[in-house]
Amino acid sequence: MIAHAIFFYTFSIIAVVSAIMVTVSKNTVHSVFFLILDFISISCLFIMIGAEFLGMIMLIVYVGAVAVLFLFVVMMLNVAQQKNQWFASAASSKHIPVGLIISTIIFFELIIVIGGWKYKPEIFDINNSSKVSDLSNTHSLGQVLYTDYIHIFQISGMILLVAMVGAIVLTFRQRSNVKRQSYIKQISRERAEGVSVVEVASNKGVKIDD
Amino acid sequence: MTEIGLGHYLTLGAVIFSIGVIGIFLNRKNIIVILMSIELILLAVNINLVAFSIFLGDLAGQVFTLFILTVAAAEAAIGLAIIVVYYRNSGTIRVEEIDELKG
Repeated sequence: MIAHAIFFYTFSIIAVVSAIMVTVSKNTVHSVFFLILDFISISCLFIMIGAEFLGMIMLIVYVGAVAVLFLFVVMMLNVAQQKNQWFASAASSKHIPVGLIISTIIFFELIIVIGGWKYKPEIFDINNSSKVSDLSNTHSLGQVLYTDYIHIFQISGMILLVAMVGAIVLTFRQRSNVKRQSYIKQISRERAEGVSVVEVASNKGVKIDD
Repeated sequence: MTEIGLGHYLTLGAVIFSIGVIGIFLNRKNIIVILMSIELILLAVNINLVAFSIFLGDLAGQVFTLFILTVAAAEAAIGLAIIVVYYRNSGTIRVEEIDELKG
């Protein structure tokens, strides 16, 4: 139990510090790296409390895909010129105290709710009966995911498809001065538009100017 | 102190959620960091769902965490695509210079 506490405090302190660094670091690339660190430590926490499948999925989806996507976008856009300044003008930062006040109010509301909240005592008795099975986390998750939640699962697949199509449609652009091969044009070409038969008179030659 | 319960995980989720909200307000550099703050907020929600799911022995929380993960990935992809298109059209992604709607 003491090892659990040590691991929990280590990973959660790393997670909180890197979350703070995501918001305050001046360089956007550093923010992305701290975001990756945050996701890794949270997924370690997930694995530690017994949600191994979600921890691994978190590593694959966030660290493997989303963070790399962020890094690519940061590298493609020219944001390096503005990395050393926080605010363009002092007049435009008037809303920051309001934001801080709202955030602290949200935080203390959540803490009050967590501190003052108790289980109904019988909720453990209801749920612990299903907990004693010796299936692994992935196995039991798969058993409910493909049966009870199959429609939501397929809808989430549709959401991913729509996101993929939308991202491609948004960023696709037709360049005007690039020569590219057109199969339709090649296949539908007729003999008449490419070849012409010229009667050549003797000793005159042919004049080709077009 | 050494007994790690549900409250510890919920507190961690609350701290990360608040840091995400602060990040949205505090950040005036570029919109990408705001997207990252939204990812932090979704991560805090995931922590809450997984903690409840583990400590109450109910698997529905983890299933919904999976769906939140899916939606978050789709949202990040679409958001970054919009940012790329906006940068291509206007040449800036600074938050204070995005004021075409005069909001």
